[in-house]
Amino acid sequence: MTALLSLIRRDIRIALRVGGGALIGVLFFLTVVVLMPFAVGPDLALLTRLGPSILWLGALLASLLTLDRLFLADHDDGSLDLIVMSRTPLELACAAKALAHWIAAGLPLIVATPVLGLLLNLDASSTSAVALTLLAGTPALTFTGMIGAALAVTLHRGGLLLAVLVLPLSIPVLIFGVAASEAAITGPLSFGTPFSILCALSLASFVIGPFAAAASLRHGLD
Amino acid sequence: MTLIDLANPTRFLTLTARVLPWLAALTAILLAIGLYQSATAPDDYQQGATVKIMFIHVPNAWLSMLVWGVMSLSALGTLVWRHPLADVAAKAAAPIGAAFTFLALVTGSLWGRPMWGTYWEWDARLTSVLILFLMYLGLIALWRAVEDPSRAARAAAILTLVGAINLPIIKFSVDWWNTLHQPASVFRMGGPTLDRAFLIPLLVMALAFSLLFATLQLAAMRNEILRRRVRALQLVQAAQASQRSA
Repeated sequence: MTALLSLIRRDIRIALRVGGGALIGVLFFLTVVVLMPFAVGPDLALLTRLGPSILWLGALLASLLTLDRLFLADHDDGSLDLIVMSRTPLELACAAKALAHWIAAGLPLIVATPVLGLLLNLDASSTSAVALTLLAGTPALTFTGMIGAALAVTLHRGGLLLAVLVLPLSIPVLIFGVAASEAAITGPLSFGTPFSILCALSLASFVIGPFAAAASLRHGLD
Repeated sequence: MTLIDLANPTRFLTLTARVLPWLAALTAILLAIGLYQSATAPDDYQQGATVKIMFIHVPNAWLSMLVWGVMSLSALGTLVWRHPLADVAAKAAAPIGAAFTFLALVTGSLWGRPMWGTYWEWDARLTSVLILFLMYLGLIALWRAVEDPSRAARAAAILTLVGAINLPIIKFSVDWWNTLHQPASVFRMGGPTLDRAFLIPLLVMALAFSLLFATLQLAAMRNEILRRRVRALQLVQAAQASQRSA
């Protein structure tokens, strides 16, 4: 248990350091949200209508961007081999790394959401609804993205391939995340249904992600 | 003759060299029968003659999912039983399955234009099949990204098994969501609701397409085995050249 906790602490500390990827994700999120009004026009009503979708899309792309840092730095300096060979089960180690990555890269996105909601003319209740769905959905993005990161870890220019592999698995999370946000903001439809499916996707990814990632690392690193 | 006897690539090559012409001939015959039956099937009372796209669209769609199922079994063969030809089968099947999925999307789109008034609709069935197509493309990209075929095989096997979750989603998407695509009419509880006049040509075409897949798959596996032999020979040649120059 202490081994996993120290792994989490180490990863968070590395990610928050200067070369780490934590705040790059937030910057990319900001970039996407700032570019959208230039693309769709400054019509505030339209931006309010599109707001949850733009926030969700930005969060998805930002988490996709930071995913290859999950294993890359460890692979480069050899600590990934040590993690694979250690006594703690590799599945738990992968889950710990994904949790640390979500805390370092996913939580800042959620914290940035209220500020960016202002840019998109969303009021407080809408933004908090979007932030809640992001809180439920970004773990799914991180844990399923970990599968792609583990598959692409041994490739040198694997970044784009990683995005291609992870994208089909992230689409359901996006669909239900936006559905839940829309249901909370405008909807005659209930918020509970898409939100519980979103939570279910996250919970399922907590199990499937580490197992698939561990299998990929074991087979890919020998 | 068990599955393990086929594990020897040379034996597999000789066996398929004998079987393949017969399989191809049988495929051609069944396709001819199926196409004739499709052409002579009656017009639908609502859709007219356009219903006959079904005889091409539905087998393509069924095959697109069957091929991913076959690849999942090959993936298990690679990861669990370490069957030597399992990864050859998986690598050969991926482009074929992608082609079936693409054709299913295109023929469905062409059918949708006169029937629904639109070439595309973001409902659950169409979206999940599009996701399947993207996963096929991602899988092909992963195969080509890793240099060593056996390492690529293990990575691709894991991705195939993870992507297999899409198959029940596609199958039950018309039940779980309110979709424009019609609900299941053949593989459903309570038996098919399709009339015999349409069901028979459809099943014949499905069988013909399955044999087509088997033919193409065996031919592609032969090509892949030969390709790996060429690669091994090239590596040997390069090693000898560097030894001579050293």
